[in-house]
Amino acid sequence: MPQRPGESVSEENRNPDADADAIRQICDRYANDRHRMMDILRDVQDRFRWISPEAMVEIATRTGLTRIAVEGVASFYAFFTQQPAGRVTIRLCDDIVDRFAGLPEVTAAFEKALGIGIGQTTPDGAFSLEYTPCIGLCDQAPAAMVNDIVVTALTPERVHEIVRQMKDGQRPEDLVSHRFDEIRPYERAARMVQNNVRHAGAVLLGPVPQDAGLAKALGLSPSQIIDAVEASGLRGCGGAGFPTARKWRAAAATGAERRVVIGNADEGEPGTFKDRVLLTERPHLVFEGMTIAARAIGASEGILYLRGEYVYLRDLIEETLAERREKGLLGKRIMGVEGFDFDIRLQMGAGAYICGEEGALISSCEGLPGEPKTRPPYPVNRGYLGFPTVVNNVETFSHVARILDRGAGWFYAMGTEGSHGTKLFSVSGDCINPGIYELPYGATVQELLAMAGGDDAEAVLVGGPSGTMIARDTFDRRLTFDDLATGGAVVIFNGKRNILEIVEYYMSFFVHESCGYCTPCRVGNVFLQKAIAKFRAGLANPGDIDYLKDLSATIIETSRCGLGMTSPHPILTTLENFPLVYSAMVKPTRDRIRDTFDIQSAIDGARKLAKRRSYIFDKDYGQ
Amino acid sequence: MSGFTFTIDGVDVPAQDGQTIMEAADAAGVYIPRLCDHQGLRHQGGCRVCTVKAAGRSFSACTQPATPGLQVENETPHINKLRRDLVEMLFHEGNHLCPICEASGNCELQAMAYRLDMTAPTKFPYLEPSRALDASHPDIALDTNRCISCGRCIRASQDIDRKGIFGYVGRGIRRRVAVDGADLAHTDAQVTDHAISDDVCPVGCIIRKRVGFATPIGERKFDQGLIGHEIEERGDD
Repeated sequence: MPQRPGESVSEENRNPDADADAIRQICDRYANDRHRMMDILRDVQDRFRWISPEAMVEIATRTGLTRIAVEGVASFYAFFTQQPAGRVTIRLCDDIVDRFAGLPEVTAAFEKALGIGIGQTTPDGAFSLEYTPCIGLCDQAPAAMVNDIVVTALTPERVHEIVRQMKDGQRPEDLVSHRFDEIRPYERAARMVQNNVRHAGAVLLGPVPQDAGLAKALGLSPSQIIDAVEASGLRGCGGAGFPTARKWRAAAATGAERRVVIGNADEGEPGTFKDRVLLTERPHLVFEGMTIAARAIGASEGILYLRGEYVYLRDLIEETLAERREKGLLGKRIMGVEGFDFDIRLQMGAGAYICGEEGALISSCEGLPGEPKTRPPYPVNRGYLGFPTVVNNVETFSHVARILDRGAGWFYAMGTEGSHGTKLFSVSGDCINPGIYELPYGATVQELLAMAGGDDAEAVLVGGPSGTMIARDTFDRRLTFDDLATGGAVVIFNGKRNILEIVEYYMSFFVHESCGYCTPCRVGNVFLQKAIAKFRAGLANPGDIDYLKDLSATIIETSRCGLGMTSPHPILTTLENFPLVYSAMVKPTRDRIRDTFDIQSAIDGARKLAKRRSYIFDKDYGQ
Repeated sequence: MSGFTFTIDGVDVPAQDGQTIMEAADAAGVYIPRLCDHQGLRHQGGCRVCTVKAAGRSFSACTQPATPGLQVENETPHINKLRRDLVEMLFHEGNHLCPICEASGNCELQAMAYRLDMTAPTKFPYLEPSRALDASHPDIALDTNRCISCGRCIRASQDIDRKGIFGYVGRGIRRRVAVDGADLAHTDAQVTDHAISDDVCPVGCIIRKRVGFATPIGERKFDQGLIGHEIEERGDD
């Protein structure tokens, strides 16, 4: 539970025995199960504000692991710290949209009010200040997490108010309401975050009769359910677009004593926030779809994997699950059907984009670092704990529930050939109406821009940084799997934005989020980031354009998972669609000499080591 | 087990059900370059040096199952270029100073660079990380400047020695191999562990004390032939 600032025990008078006891209790809560490592570490982090070496030893002993194995998990996720974090930890979203919306001023205000810089903790242990990548609030940037709550549309004035309240000893929850504990979880979420539903489509955000799809599904055989999903043309909504029915059929056909359904709510692609809105406005629909999937493949276990950034939705989701259990929609004999037993547990993530990849997500659910798994075997054959597992995006599951209610033909008729039904688009950046648009597949980017009020758009990033950045001349391209495939992120940039600054930010994002398992993604993305920095600094040569293409090709061709196979896209799609941005940076100079070497940064290390400056290169020194 | 054949660079290779491309290739005397894979250890598929192509797709040969009729490309100029890029990345990621390294001549990274004709200066920037030397253990030293994160010591210690002395910590470019204790002296590592033996660490990161340079440079493993020659000689029989 969150603690009041000043409430917890200071470092000096800690009682090691009491601490070990508390850790044992936490491990007991999860039956000392190593597969629940994420939950154990999360509770330890919340209780002690860090994962200490002693804590790791205790957890290792209780779960039968080595300490290094526990450290491997604890050090992988950004929200677990191995230094004591402040009792109030403020994580500022440093996405490019937030930067353009005033993040520098907000950061400065926090630093001034707290007297610390980014990455630091106040000496009294009360506050930590950090940057974190996209927290899914681009439509109300700049935004931040304050422990487990979120604050949006920040201004320097609001920052001063927040810091004043926290310093007065109030809880982060008091920022939402002084009656936080009394109000319903939905109201808490609604007070923290605007859901900005700008256009409700027929499938998800319009009127939805509760559990009508599930009731109809229970009148069908499992294979008839899969047939219906297949006939609807439904494809995965997380970005990759794999046909949903094919996944389900493979899992159903694999012989096993247990099967598992996992809802992927780890939307980490910068610029996407549709799952946040879906889980707030239609949580029952998500679980209804997962329950139908369980019926179709014969699963008794379900997991909803919620990204750590969305912890503010945890209570809402737990309440929804409890309500469904009460109504007989989860648990034993669902809707009275003998032998249909299925339940869902919530698995919180802890700050790792890679966990949106299905193998990495399964690893995380198993209590491991979020590393993708070797394929084959595919999750539908051997997934969570070795059992056949269907992982779908939560939007995909929601569509399933509606398809079963309204019929495959109804869904199939919407959209275009190969891209059927509707899609949730998360629109943010330089437009008048950022928010969620549920549209049938096939709209042009231009049409979406007209709805969102993005008239002065010069560049639109469709599908987030792993997608495609397009320029004005191709705004007639269509939002379909065959043209501009997307998990739903649409980020709009006007003519005042610096394309290379955007590209450099996204490369730093991929460097931060690469799991590090394979060489090309771990190392190659760092090289790409450095190369873009060279362009921005005016130190690039014409040959560096080929270098970018060549290195990108190696990373794409040799990487182990989708992250590395798409991480060069910000560079490649801007090279293709904004070539002048790059060529302008490598124009021949008047003296035909181009600096590619920055002597100042090269000798900087020596300056620091020697604790003195250079007579030659520091012109103002010692003349 | 039923057998079938597939091809590597046009040459027929026999395989058994369940074998990976690399396992079948090794048995047939066709060498596919690799660094993180090692005889007797679980396949990891992390270094990607064993990348091969089939039907336009890339795979790590150490983890991809062979299938009947699969037409695998291995030593094409294009794939060799990809592999050279990967090996160069590993050189630039750490601090690899061959002339002063005890492993020179026995080092698989160095040997792979020679095999892949990495003879000219490379185009990548050096990352020059600041990494620790751990000489705490009486018999073993760790110079992590030379570590290429292949994880062979991790798997050897976990699966063969049943100890779990090593493990990965961190993520992304900060991911590294660490030990299960404050330093190596505070683990139950012994110089007789398989994880510490001279062929598990492919580079000069795990060093056994007091035996350095026992074999003079010029008479070392890869002075006898290119890396992979033992496997290729199987194919000549």
